[in-house]
Amino acid sequence: MTAMQIFFLITGLVILGSALMVVTTRNLIHAALWLIVTLFGVAVLYAILNASFLAVVQVVVYIGAIAILFIFAVMLTRKEMRDRGPQLNKGWWLNAIIALLTFGGLFWMLQSWNGFSKTAADFPSGYDAVGQLGRALISPDAFVLPFEVASVLLLAALVGAVYIAFNRK
Amino acid sequence: MNFWFDPVNFIAHWLNSLLVGWGMAEWLAALIIQLVGVVVLISLMMVFDVFLVWVERKVVARFQDRLGPNRVGPFGIFQPFADIIKLIIKEDITPDGADKVVYNLAPILSLMSVLLLWAIVPLAPVIFGVDLNVGALYIVAAGSIGTLSIIMAAWSSNNKYALIGAFRQVAVLISFEIPMIATMLIPTILAGSMGMNEIVRGQQTVWYVVLAPLAALTFLIAAIAELGRSPFDLNEAESEIVAGFHIEYTGMKFGLFYAGELLHAFTFGGFWAVLFLGGYHFFGLENLGPLVAVVILFAKAMFGYWVIMWIRYTVMRMRIDHMLAFNWKFLTPVAFVVLMLTALMNTLLRNTSSVVYIAGMLLTNVLLCWIIVEILRGFSRAERERTEGVASATVAAHH
Amino acid sequence: MIPLSWFLILSAALFSIGLFGVLSRRNAVAILLGIELMLNAANINLVSFWRYGDISLMAGQVFAIIVFAVAASEVAVGLALVISVYRRRNTVIADELDLLKW
Repeated sequence: MTAMQIFFLITGLVILGSALMVVTTRNLIHAALWLIVTLFGVAVLYAILNASFLAVVQVVVYIGAIAILFIFAVMLTRKEMRDRGPQLNKGWWLNAIIALLTFGGLFWMLQSWNGFSKTAADFPSGYDAVGQLGRALISPDAFVLPFEVASVLLLAALVGAVYIAFNRK
Repeated sequence: MNFWFDPVNFIAHWLNSLLVGWGMAEWLAALIIQLVGVVVLISLMMVFDVFLVWVERKVVARFQDRLGPNRVGPFGIFQPFADIIKLIIKEDITPDGADKVVYNLAPILSLMSVLLLWAIVPLAPVIFGVDLNVGALYIVAAGSIGTLSIIMAAWSSNNKYALIGAFRQVAVLISFEIPMIATMLIPTILAGSMGMNEIVRGQQTVWYVVLAPLAALTFLIAAIAELGRSPFDLNEAESEIVAGFHIEYTGMKFGLFYAGELLHAFTFGGFWAVLFLGGYHFFGLENLGPLVAVVILFAKAMFGYWVIMWIRYTVMRMRIDHMLAFNWKFLTPVAFVVLMLTALMNTLLRNTSSVVYIAGMLLTNVLLCWIIVEILRGFSRAERERTEGVASATVAAHH
Repeated sequence: MIPLSWFLILSAALFSIGLFGVLSRRNAVAILLGIELMLNAANINLVSFWRYGDISLMAGQVFAIIVFAVAASEVAVGLALVISVYRRRNTVIADELDLLKW
């Protein structure tokens, strides 16, 4: 058990534990805060995987924007500040069985792949992953087209969200 | 290796040999040394924060033509200690119906988001916390944790005015992140890397404030908005909503918010110095030793902090809709235009001699500034004619 | 040292928990929280396949960035819809939103 493995196990436990709290807690603001813990755990996971740019972008985009948007939406869609009524559907045990079957199915399908237990190559020191990512995003024979399409998508979502949520008096 | 030229590694090696000599495992010794480094950095910054309270009160007093604290100790230097003792012995009230865990966590997160920033500041060529290659984005990420702590504080206080203050404050914070990121990309382009160490090394010959003064100004304005300081200080609008999101906090919890805000202002003064004013470079003086470089950087950060305080105590507070309109209709387009022009001129002039390069960049910035001022004058002239037209029409209708 | 299987199992578990959240929560905003968990699970998969495969092939990281953009736009539009629905029907419980416009 190397230090990296122990660190990964702690991070994994934090991610799964807070994800369980997200889907089971009654108070919706608490659910949003547990989601923030999960997202932070995923950012730590990206850092373990040497994807440092993605780790920081995860914190900026998910925690700094999406989670705050969730908290605002929770506060704007209630008549009073307490949650009332049951928060899980009737027959939630059936959904739990479906989730377990999904996990079992994914696990079985993945472990029958022969690359399942491979270990990572060492990360070459001095490798400029951020620079390579930047070049990949804007070079014409790499991924400039999906990048531009994603920005058009964001523009469409921005205009659409403003139009839908606009309060016409 | 020598203490004067490489203090951090010298102390780390000495501690390592000491601990391993006591029979500790290698990895445990390395872990303990790193923890010691973290604790030393945090303690130094918090002690400096105490000094900042005194600086703030003296400077505000001088701006307002009075003396400031001068009773407790020579020049009032022990005033912050009196403040801290008062805050600690105050009664700790938790409002009824507050969410205890979130209520107690918010001031800790607020201060944590500021202390996290000091990990990447290059204090000297060999003294820094960590050489992160995505330093510029890390600043924004740590700022988002601060934004989160504001919502947590306001919601868990069970108070309408705290919520209103927090909503306005968070709207301002997430809006002004965009011009801040755009102008932080300009030193990135000029230096070729997002890491703070690379950016400071790129300013060895000429500071970036000479190459991109408009970007430095825009970054300063966006940073002041990010700090929640006047003229963007809706959370502390004392005449409007008492104290905004930290109404319900008393005693040392309020002290944590207050200390965090002052340290945040000094930290952004430090980042303004690192990104635009050349970091620890000062005409070759920093080669005398790393501790001299630290003093130079702190002096520049103090200058940045003084500029932020100067703006705070001179300019009036803006209204929330003016603030957001200022961001989306003026600052963001200006930031993006400056970014595009700087990238373009950098690519065109990159291989020319350094005098042509500096003159070219400076000229572009001056030209852009002049164009923006002319556009603004055109708008204000149209506005003035419109209101004067209305006024003269009403005057004519009266007669 | 860390085999790829650990990352894949973690993302499969996170995906299943998100699926449970989507299926069994009554509040519409809570359903969107479950969707966020599923998107994060997919992202973990993408990045770990990038790391454990050929590091010079940036497709894994680029796709993860596109997923960030898609998740952000989906959350924005989804929450705008939820807020708009709340203004009309005064409720966001998914079971009670079962009539078209009358």
